[in-house]
Amino acid sequence: MTPMTSIIVIAVVACAGVYISWRAGRLDRLHARLEAARFALDAALIRRSSVALELASSGLLDPATSVLLAEAAHDARSAETAREMPESDLTRALRAVFSQPDFMTLLAGREGAEELLSELESASHQVFLARKFYNDAVSATLAARRRWLAVIFRLAGRAAMPEFFEIDDSLAPAGDSGPGADLPHLTS
Amino acid sequence: MKIGIVCPYDWEVPGGVREHISGLAEALLELGHDVSVIAPADDDADLPDYVVPAGRAVPVPYNGSVARLAFGFLSAGRVRRWLKDGDFDVLHVHEPAAPSLSLLACWVADGPIVATLHAAMPRSRALHAAQPILASALEKISGRIAVAEAARATLVEHLGGDAVLIPNGVHVSRYEKAEPLPGFPGSGGTLGFLGRMDEQRKGLDILLAAFSMMADERPGLRLLLAGASGDAEDVLAKVPARFRDRVVILGRVSDEDRIRMLHSVDVFCAPNTGGESFGYVLVEAMAAGAPIVASDLEAFRQVLGGGEAGELFPIGDAAALAAAAGRLLDDPAHRASLAAAASAAVREFDWSVVARDVLRVYQAVAPATGRVAVSL
Repeated sequence: MTPMTSIIVIAVVACAGVYISWRAGRLDRLHARLEAARFALDAALIRRSSVALELASSGLLDPATSVLLAEAAHDARSAETAREMPESDLTRALRAVFSQPDFMTLLAGREGAEELLSELESASHQVFLARKFYNDAVSATLAARRRWLAVIFRLAGRAAMPEFFEIDDSLAPAGDSGPGADLPHLTS
Repeated sequence: MKIGIVCPYDWEVPGGVREHISGLAEALLELGHDVSVIAPADDDADLPDYVVPAGRAVPVPYNGSVARLAFGFLSAGRVRRWLKDGDFDVLHVHEPAAPSLSLLACWVADGPIVATLHAAMPRSRALHAAQPILASALEKISGRIAVAEAARATLVEHLGGDAVLIPNGVHVSRYEKAEPLPGFPGSGGTLGFLGRMDEQRKGLDILLAAFSMMADERPGLRLLLAGASGDAEDVLAKVPARFRDRVVILGRVSDEDRIRMLHSVDVFCAPNTGGESFGYVLVEAMAAGAPIVASDLEAFRQVLGGGEAGELFPIGDAAALAAAAGRLLDDPAHRASLAAAASAAVREFDWSVVARDVLRVYQAVAPATGRVAVSL
């Protein structure tokens, strides 16, 4: 082997090494973003169920509605695995409660009602956003991990494959599919 | 007596609690009392005279499935108006812990309140979350009834206090006479089963195994199955191919066909393996005068008077079931004497008798607390 070819081989190997470690660093950053999104989603879900539970025990609602909400919120918060079902159930319970005719008018003027309802709306909106960002991060990470370089060199190490979080988090009444219907609107 | 009864579940959807309430209400009316039932239902629904609609039920996730309930201030307003108009001597709520009309009625009413608990609630943790909300409404109940031991145990465990045990009733006279289904029971003998086929604890698999043991020796023997079946193919797959044309699967049947089915069998089999708090299906078979072979469950033994009104076999033992059913098929005299014993024993579960027990509970709470008033 001539000195020239050895230099070329060394240069190619070095370039490849730099490229691979750059890809690995990028995957690492994606995983960090994923983790942050997961934390944000967890926090948003816990906040939503806490506010729902607070509304249920506030004495503002009739006892039947309170029991429905309390049970749904409790189930959502205590689920450790398979959280999608109880979280979707909580959304559906909230939707059933808020779509009662004249619900807002009947509550208007009661002490503390406005604060709790607006907090619940913002918590539900937060769930909607956090889930969107989390699923974004999941698809970006999955795409990066499926590239041949990542597969061959096992660049993701032992990190578990991320999974999408699919729940029903739309608070628009069923059948309403106008513009913005996928956004949570508790009070409009 | 003026009696107000509250049904928490949609009147237009058949179910155990609704059946119970209509049976009780009709029996009380026959005894000459004044009865009004309020239930979730559309205002223009086709309802019996004694039912007052409380507005459409809303489907909502509850207890792990979707229930059709009525809740909210507007429903509470309807209950309040019904209470005012009715001016009842006693208010009887059913399943008061369910988030629906019964709970709302406890909330808005004062005075003599009787409650009946139907289902056992195994999920004690969820109940804790709602406990403080329930407590203030449930405290007003002055007399409690449980339809089964399991429901009573739930009450004692979660809500404190005790309850009187009064079982479900059945309209015996409706079951006594019916035309068998065309071609049944036939000369080769017919075994019958009634219940959910895809639910393990109903024990259909045990009966299918027993039938497969008997079918070679008895070439005319047939099996008649009624109840929600899931997939009929799954049921047939558990029987050897050469016997499959002797298995008749009716699937879910109307009330009328249910009774006709009970009159179409030579031996009615209840191979349940557990989870039965009260043998309602046995009571129906007894009322129809069917000879019975049943698992030796505590609840079944009680209903069958320790075995006098029907044969008992060890739980889950297909060979024992086959032997007992075979003995009965070969002995028409024994079948007739079992059927006669069953018809006599089932009187105790007739609504006219059960309704009198419920009336005694009303009478125990009514004079002490005055009439039913609206509190809010």
